[in-house]
Amino acid sequence: MADSTVVSDQQRSGSGQTDPSRGPYIAVITNRSTTLVIRGFMLFSIGVFLALVLNLLQVQRNVTLFPPDVISSIFSSAWWVPPCCGTASAIIGLLYPCIDCRLGEPHKFKREWSSVMRCVAVFVGINHASAKVDFANNVQLSLTLAALSIGLWWTFDRSRSGFGLGVVIALLATLSTQLLVYNGVFQYTSPDFLYIRSWLPCIFFAGVITMGNIGRQLALYECKLMSEKTHQD
Amino acid sequence: MTVRERLREKISAAFYRHGLLCASYPVPIILFTSASILACCYPLLRLPLPGTGPVEFTTRVRDYTVPSHEPQGDLGEQPDWYRGPPVAYIQPVLVKAAVSPWDSTLVPVDVFRSPLGRVFSLLEEIRNHVHDDGSGIRSLEALCLQVTDLLPGLRRMQRVLPEHGCLLVSPGNYWQNQRELFDSDPDLLKTVHQHEPKGLHTSATLRDLLFGVPVKHTGVSLYSRKRVVTYTITMVLGSYDARFLSSLRARLRQLHPSVNCSLREDHMVHVHFKEEIGMAELIPLVTTYIILFAYIYFSTRKIDMVKSKWGLALAAVVTVLSSLLMSVGLCTLFGLTPTLNGGEIFPYLVVVIGLENVLVLTKSVVSTPVDLEVKLRIAQGLSNESWSIMKNMATELCIILIGYFTLVPAIQEFCLFAVVGLVSDFFLQMFFFTTVLSIDIRRMELADLNRRLPAEAGMPLPKPGPLRPREAPPPPRPSPHTITLQTPAFRNLRLPKRLRVVYFLARTRLAQRFIMVGTVIWIGILAYTDPAGLRTYLAAQVSEQSPLGDGGAGGLPPHLGVAPVFPGPGGDPVGTLSVLPAPAEPTPLPENQSQGHHGAPGEGVPLVPQISWGAEDEEGWRRLSFRHWPSLFSYYNITLAKRYISILPVIPITLHLSPREAIETRHPQDTRHPPPPSLKTNDLPADLTLYKVAALGLAAGVLLVLLLFCLYRVLCSRNYGQNGVAHGRRRRGDLPCDDYGYSPPISEISPLLLCGHSMDIECLASDGMLLASCCLAGQIRVWDTQTGDCLTVIPKHGLRRSSSSGCWEQRDGWDAVGVAEPENLGGGTEPGGGVFDEGEGYPLRRRTTPRPALFENQPDLTPLIDTNFDSQPPSHLLLTPPRDGFDFGGLVEKAYLEHEPPSPGLTASYPSPLSGPPPQRRRSLGYIQPPAPQGQETPDWESAVWAMELRGNLIAAGRSNGKLELWDAVEGSLRCSNEDGVSGITALAFLNNRIVAARLDGSLDFFTVDINKPLGLLQYRGPPGRSNMPPSPCYSSEDVISCQLTRSVQCAHQKPITVLRAAAGRVVTGSQDHTVRVYRLEDSCCLFTLQGHSGGITAIYIDQTMVLASGGQDGAICLWDVLTGSRVSHVYGHRGDVTSLVCTTSCVISSGLDDLICIWDRSTGIKLYSIQQEVGCGASLGVISESLLVTGGQGCVSFWDLNFGDLLQTVYLGQSSDGQGVRQLVVLNNAAIVCDFGSELSLVYVPSVLEKLD
Repeated sequence: MADSTVVSDQQRSGSGQTDPSRGPYIAVITNRSTTLVIRGFMLFSIGVFLALVLNLLQVQRNVTLFPPDVISSIFSSAWWVPPCCGTASAIIGLLYPCIDCRLGEPHKFKREWSSVMRCVAVFVGINHASAKVDFANNVQLSLTLAALSIGLWWTFDRSRSGFGLGVVIALLATLSTQLLVYNGVFQYTSPDFLYIRSWLPCIFFAGVITMGNIGRQLALYECKLMSEKTHQD
Repeated sequence: MTVRERLREKISAAFYRHGLLCASYPVPIILFTSASILACCYPLLRLPLPGTGPVEFTTRVRDYTVPSHEPQGDLGEQPDWYRGPPVAYIQPVLVKAAVSPWDSTLVPVDVFRSPLGRVFSLLEEIRNHVHDDGSGIRSLEALCLQVTDLLPGLRRMQRVLPEHGCLLVSPGNYWQNQRELFDSDPDLLKTVHQHEPKGLHTSATLRDLLFGVPVKHTGVSLYSRKRVVTYTITMVLGSYDARFLSSLRARLRQLHPSVNCSLREDHMVHVHFKEEIGMAELIPLVTTYIILFAYIYFSTRKIDMVKSKWGLALAAVVTVLSSLLMSVGLCTLFGLTPTLNGGEIFPYLVVVIGLENVLVLTKSVVSTPVDLEVKLRIAQGLSNESWSIMKNMATELCIILIGYFTLVPAIQEFCLFAVVGLVSDFFLQMFFFTTVLSIDIRRMELADLNRRLPAEAGMPLPKPGPLRPREAPPPPRPSPHTITLQTPAFRNLRLPKRLRVVYFLARTRLAQRFIMVGTVIWIGILAYTDPAGLRTYLAAQVSEQSPLGDGGAGGLPPHLGVAPVFPGPGGDPVGTLSVLPAPAEPTPLPENQSQGHHGAPGEGVPLVPQISWGAEDEEGWRRLSFRHWPSLFSYYNITLAKRYISILPVIPITLHLSPREAIETRHPQDTRHPPPPSLKTNDLPADLTLYKVAALGLAAGVLLVLLLFCLYRVLCSRNYGQNGVAHGRRRRGDLPCDDYGYSPPISEISPLLLCGHSMDIECLASDGMLLASCCLAGQIRVWDTQTGDCLTVIPKHGLRRSSSSGCWEQRDGWDAVGVAEPENLGGGTEPGGGVFDEGEGYPLRRRTTPRPALFENQPDLTPLIDTNFDSQPPSHLLLTPPRDGFDFGGLVEKAYLEHEPPSPGLTASYPSPLSGPPPQRRRSLGYIQPPAPQGQETPDWESAVWAMELRGNLIAAGRSNGKLELWDAVEGSLRCSNEDGVSGITALAFLNNRIVAARLDGSLDFFTVDINKPLGLLQYRGPPGRSNMPPSPCYSSEDVISCQLTRSVQCAHQKPITVLRAAAGRVVTGSQDHTVRVYRLEDSCCLFTLQGHSGGITAIYIDQTMVLASGGQDGAICLWDVLTGSRVSHVYGHRGDVTSLVCTTSCVISSGLDDLICIWDRSTGIKLYSIQQEVGCGASLGVISESLLVTGGQGCVSFWDLNFGDLLQTVYLGQSSDGQGVRQLVVLNNAAIVCDFGSELSLVYVPSVLEKLD
């Protein structure tokens, strides 16, 4: 990250003369597919990590005490869940800047890493709340989580495309989860079925917003680089 | 005007006033804020500290009833968790057993085999105990806690821990409670050990669980000295039945009476366990904290353009944290007790409150105009952002209020905290942070002021970062390309890989940090998971050390022999019984002692193992880890979190076994163990361990030394010490290289000192083969650059020491001339015949130490005056310098006396136009040409050499009185001279057969050197026809060499010309008048006047490739295209003058008065990196090859790798180099450099460069 900023700095103040010694490095960095792969990989690993941690949070709610070898409970759910989350987050993170590009309205609201970090923290907080806080009934849980998720969107995103994409993806994800559950591929640990269904869409929505935020921030570097390159040409 | 706008205006005005207030009274406001923070945090003192240690509560056994679920108001001291029945009652049966008397025929295993064997009968006893009173038959089976399966993850413990039945734990579990298995077990210790976990384990182990006492107290080992085995049979009861327990206690006591046991039995302890934080909970928690820190990091990273980034970042974090504390404190004050887990919600609170406002404030304040007053800046910054701050805060409050109406208690509480936190955060931002910001801004202004002072103000080493001026393009934030000396990058290509790895490790201190972090984490884990254990350990330490502890706490001493009265239930019937067997046991003691072990009684080891009961046995479970009970229960998936257990008083059992019994229970393999240690060797185990430890320590030490030695040999193959002694100093500590004390080893470079001058060297010129130097005394010496021999000495003939402190080519600091001029003029007319005094002769802003005063050094002058001339005795020189001179003939002397100019050239023609009339050509008026004694032309004896150039073997010397002289470098004879100009020659350029002279009055003269005998001069041999030279003035055309003024550009510049360079057929001049001019050498036509600097020109570089770089007093560096006269780039790099400039094919290197060396990319003008040098390092620069830069320092020259900015080596020039700075530095063709070093020249060959060049 630091390297790329340095390079871009040098290019910005450059007077148009090409330096042969810097050629291949720039070429690698600015190669579009390479950056795409790098970004995708970063998003994927973030998604896997968050999935593992948040899964742990949820597991915690249902089990009173852990045996000493508790680490294994991190991987207690099906092995394919974290990779799926990772892939989904990579897709979402790449999709958001792409849609911004297509719609022609670049996202300019709070484009800073600190804000992204804040967003991630709030997302984890929402998960935490859904796992730890005892709600009176499922409707209350759903309403609270929905309010929190929309608050998240309002605080960190505020773009219509982001909202739309978030809702669509959340619905699709909930639907596919339900299908999986009905087909018996996957089952919840909690016997209370309604409970799960009530928080799932909201969590999905918040996750989509968060990953989109991260993806946009990552894409910002590439955009900077590209625009400078075209400027240079 | 809408309401909104009016509101906005009002808010803005209020913030403005508030900003003024804060900036005006910073100290009172900070005091007030701190006081209010402390006041708000005061209620926090009443809150319990968070921790996971268990809490205890003790009740009496006698009137114990199971507490009801409803809270009872009457018992005030009852904790609130003491409600309802406990999870379980723990009834420990503490067994102490010993083989007594000890026999020499016994093997070590006997110490514990038979005592452990007795556990089975005890277990049998306990299991079969039935209490029957009127109400019914009760047995253990009915009362005990029935457990089911172990947790699935614990398969390996299945054989050991009970399943599907009573939870009754004892050492017998190792053998499935079967005596046969125990008897057939060949190695008991192995059986015990095989269940131990590997590695570090802080919580309870299986051994602790089964034995019920800490490992070292069990006595189950081959080296036990006390020979008493202790273990516990732990019964876990589901329900409490006082009568059954008391009957069991009585029964056991009857069977196995404990003689001197004085344990209190009247108290039961209830232990409440807090919620545990397991790994599973820790991981999300740690994740949230990591995200929090990332957030704080990314936020505070944006703080910029302030004096101390760290200070402000700290202030921001303090603001947020103390606002949180305040909110908790306030909530507590108003009766709300926090029920949430503080550690969990804390990160979210921080994130919700956020650091944004603080950053916005900072940004807004620093973006106000710099030249305003601090107060106004703060006020403006505040009022600019007031609206957005208020709006954001209102939004956040709204969101949180919405959260408040979710009606979920936890979220409501969180929101309450957040709201109070937000408000107090706003308060703190307004008062605390704004004030801190104002202080910071004020400090920065002061620093700016300091910076604007001239460099001679004795400023300490300025910090490179924050002091940089505003307009400097690189921000103070350290970019990866700024290389300062504190963190030199040893990425040098010449370094071998192993060294690079080591340097990397050492530079980043990786190992150290890892160890540190690891230790901290480990200590943290220990302290966090085991506070009770730590506490008991500390308590044990204290009680052991204090002699009173035992007597006071232990109750009765154990040997009183009086059976104590047991107040507990059921204690009474046993009281009489217990006395009986006790005397029976000790009776065989004296016999055994006398017969078995003659000679060494009383060696400290009791032959009869003493079984004593002390206070520590009373609650033996305290010595266990506090996780003991939770882990035991967790094996059966029973959590103790937020619940409590009741521990009943211990049932003590004492077992004395006879040696015969011990031998009978022996396993055949037990005797394979080492024979029983004789009494003498009884002490041996301890001593042996001592010896072992000592020997191991010694061995480890030796190994360590050897290892270090090998490491040293591997890493430092070169021997520094010897070289250092041989070649002067290479003081590591003084190297301006790094803090850590490494300097990468490269081959030793030894300077060659060229001695001969008696005064400081002023001019240096070289053409590669020859080197000419001129000192303050006016003496010119010519050296061979290959050998360092002095070829020729051209002495100063007149002792007119008109002051010149240097060759104008290397001039730095022209800016000070104007300032210091009046003093100069005063100095020029000082007493002493108008001789310009040496010390203040030239008001340069040199950082060098004062050069030796003229008259002190005068005795040294004498040896050099001898050569060919008649010299006056030195005493004359001292006091009457103006009247003195070399005696070439009386005529000359007389002539000099008549035309004594007060101070030639310098004072009158000193730079500025206001310095009076131009000097007259005094010399020419009454000049009588004397016949030179040795056939030379008459040189100018009284003016100083200001500039010198060397080509072929011709030395061109420009004098202060405007005279240009050409000397033969080999012969030391004057070939011709030209007196066309009157103003002092400040700079010379000698290219082909042309000489360009720049004069003080701003004019530029072009001379042509005509050589009539082409073969003669440019060779080493002097011309054969030297005798032909007529003793006439050098204008005559019959000379071999003639020097003619071809053109004189009178007003080349408005102000004195400071720099003159010639290359590639161009002559470039830089002047005080902020312009650079380019002339063509052939026809002396002015091609361009380059304007762009906002200060006088101080440095110019031009080379064959027509790249022109100029640096000025404004710290700017301009790159020009000489062909078109256009400016390629214009960068600001220095605080103060640019003192010298050098280019390589890829970069431009500049040094400035701020002791900074900047390296710029030549094509783009981007600063690649900069090197901060020591103060007073001098400004001399040279480039030896494409990648090797040499700089002069205090008595040393430093070599740098240009590619990375690494310091390669520092070569110290002499033994006592303090105070001598290298001011001039000339790079010769053969990879040698010459630099002046006080009165000596130093010739440094750089062998490694030669290798690299090839």
